Amino acid sequence: MYRKWQFMLLGILLLLVLAACSGGEEDSSSDAKTDESEGADGEITLEYWQYSFDSKVTLMDELIAEFEEANPGIKVEQTNFPYDQYNEQVAAQVPAGRGPDVINLFYGWVPTYVDAGYLQPLPQDAFPHDEIESEFFPLVEATKMDGEYWTIPTAVRTLALFYNKDLFEEAGLDPESPPTTWEELEDYAVQLTKADDSGRLEQSGMAWEPAQQGHQWLRDGLTIQAGGQVLSEDRKDVVWADDPAGLEAFKYWLSFPTDLGTSEQGFYTDDVTAFVTEKAAMNIDGSFRIGTLQSDAPDLNYAVAPLPGKDAQSTNSSFWTNGITAGVEGEKLEAATKFLEFLTSDDVMERWLDATGELPAKEAVAMQDKYVNDEIYGPFIESLPFANAHFFVDETKERDLVIDAANKVLMEGMDPEEAFNELVESTQELYDAYWSDK
Amino acid sequence: MEQFSDSNHNHDKKPDRKEKKSLTSKFRGNLKYQKYLFVYTCLLLPIIFYLGIRILPTLFTFNVGFRDWNLLSTDIQPFVGFENYVTLFKDEVFIKSIFNTLIYIVLGVSGQLLFGIVVALLLHKINRFVGFFRVIYFIPYVTSIVAISWVFQWILMGNGIINDVLINLGLPPQPFLNSPDQAIYVIIGAMIWQSIGFQMILFLAGLENIPEMLYEAANIDGASSWQKFWHVTLPLLNPTIVFSAVIGTITFIQVSFTQVVNMSMDGSGGPLDSTISVVVYIYQLAFRQFDMGLASAATVILFLFILALTIFQMKVLTKKFDY
Repeated sequence: MYRKWQFMLLGILLLLVLAACSGGEEDSSSDAKTDESEGADGEITLEYWQYSFDSKVTLMDELIAEFEEANPGIKVEQTNFPYDQYNEQVAAQVPAGRGPDVINLFYGWVPTYVDAGYLQPLPQDAFPHDEIESEFFPLVEATKMDGEYWTIPTAVRTLALFYNKDLFEEAGLDPESPPTTWEELEDYAVQLTKADDSGRLEQSGMAWEPAQQGHQWLRDGLTIQAGGQVLSEDRKDVVWADDPAGLEAFKYWLSFPTDLGTSEQGFYTDDVTAFVTEKAAMNIDGSFRIGTLQSDAPDLNYAVAPLPGKDAQSTNSSFWTNGITAGVEGEKLEAATKFLEFLTSDDVMERWLDATGELPAKEAVAMQDKYVNDEIYGPFIESLPFANAHFFVDETKERDLVIDAANKVLMEGMDPEEAFNELVESTQELYDAYWSDK
Repeated sequence: MEQFSDSNHNHDKKPDRKEKKSLTSKFRGNLKYQKYLFVYTCLLLPIIFYLGIRILPTLFTFNVGFRDWNLLSTDIQPFVGFENYVTLFKDEVFIKSIFNTLIYIVLGVSGQLLFGIVVALLLHKINRFVGFFRVIYFIPYVTSIVAISWVFQWILMGNGIINDVLINLGLPPQPFLNSPDQAIYVIIGAMIWQSIGFQMILFLAGLENIPEMLYEAANIDGASSWQKFWHVTLPLLNPTIVFSAVIGTITFIQVSFTQVVNMSMDGSGGPLDSTISVVVYIYQLAFRQFDMGLASAATVILFLFILALTIFQMKVLTKKFDY
């Protein structure tokens, strides 16, 4: 008897292992769809994914509870991944046939996701184009492709100038009148810079980090301020170099670590660390940093001003935005649409600002007096009407190209004009590759 | 073994059974077969596991490498032949990453071996505080790579402690990780420092295995210390050296990911791709650009690369020494 049991046990074990190995390949996609979508009593469960950002996750938990209460029969489950691994985690779930029904994506990634057939267009009856275009800030058009809106944000962020009031006073500058033009910014940066005898920076007047917000500042800030444009209207051509303003902006951008000597890449590892530790007097950063500054450096005496402009004012804007994935249909699609409508309601937008520091995506909500006059949020909101969100075909690569262009000048002594032309050329290649199969 | 006691009785019945039953009865009837069956089944389980999560995916990678495979797409992934390979060999960054990987391996592994042997020989000579020194040298190996990488970043930054020392010595400050010419060597240095402990353990074990009498014989022959090292110690350490070199190479290819991602200034093999290794590039292709086809093709190339390197090391380094 004992022997029989032994064999049976071994057999079962073997079967289990075999089943575990083979199961992943064929069956999972089918049972994932049937298992998750509907519970026993017809209850619909929506899977919502966003990246781990404490204040957003907590707020979303509250919002989900309210949404479920108002919409009996719909349940929403939130899953979070760290920002660094977000794409990787999403990508890893696709072949397994599992994944979210509603997903929160960085707007710059949306073209890649649309390209892969991962998303479906927003249903037009719930989100008519003319309504989106009249109510939301025009920058949401960055995720309009093939004549469809693929995602819709709750909130947007803009870049502005952060400056340390104490260091301003120390350098004899008026902390109530921050720089408003390119010349003033140069001038202030020089006055706020300190170096030791060997020429090493001790205090940077202007934090400068292409890998952080630097590349955005260059594209959507400086270039447009100088009167240039990065992309053509149809988003097919990189017209950055067509107008001398493009090169002018690039040179101005690079003058901080070169001619002016006010900045250094990797100064105290990165711009945020340098600004928080009062080693950098000014930094270009987004409204999303306010929360970090409040928690990490509550004593930091700083203020915010709109980006210094030149011929025109302009700033970069970016946003995390919600889309519905391709496989969702029927009742589930209705539920997902309802959830998106809830997430883009005026009330949620206001609460989003209070909880996360991100600005309402609808003009009427954002431009209320209580926000425009806010000491910290005011400058960001003020910048919204002239904010631009660059249309990325490949956010990572375009960022890397800007970083490389800067490094070629800074580290290899390449002529800025040559580096800029190479940047434009290689960016154009990305766009050609993207549009070639459209 | 009590449970097998009745099995000998069954033994005689075996030949008369039908063909189908004969195999089971054969096993049932024979103690030796039963033992083997049990042992092989136990050994087989990990193999099945290994097949499922290592071998099959590896083979699958070859398939993916021949397709235009977008990770996010659920459509059919078209077969494109060698297109991915052609793209890769035209890709400057990929060529650069192969070249860098070679630098990582050649400098990194030889550095590891050299310092490992030196530390092991020194530790072999002393009698006091042996445990203390072993701990000191081993601690980096068990410390988190991420933590070490960040500490190095702070030590080496423009306003870091090393540059302070350089300036006090009257030398110009160095950019280190911010320089495309220096960054890769700084990272290799950190990697070597971290793995000395592991190599030290291997070489200490190797040294313990060398019989004392060989040294005594050498002493009688009047050999100098250098001659003893060159003609006795080194040849007898050969198996350890081969093992260390092969293992070191493979781990170097693996850890060059964590180190590079955490120490390079933009977190992805910069500046100007000067520190990018093949694994980092594979990761970027797969999970930043979602191009599984290119990433798999690169993985296949890396596989062939490691295979060739390992065979080369085995052939060149392995020598038989008989005393």
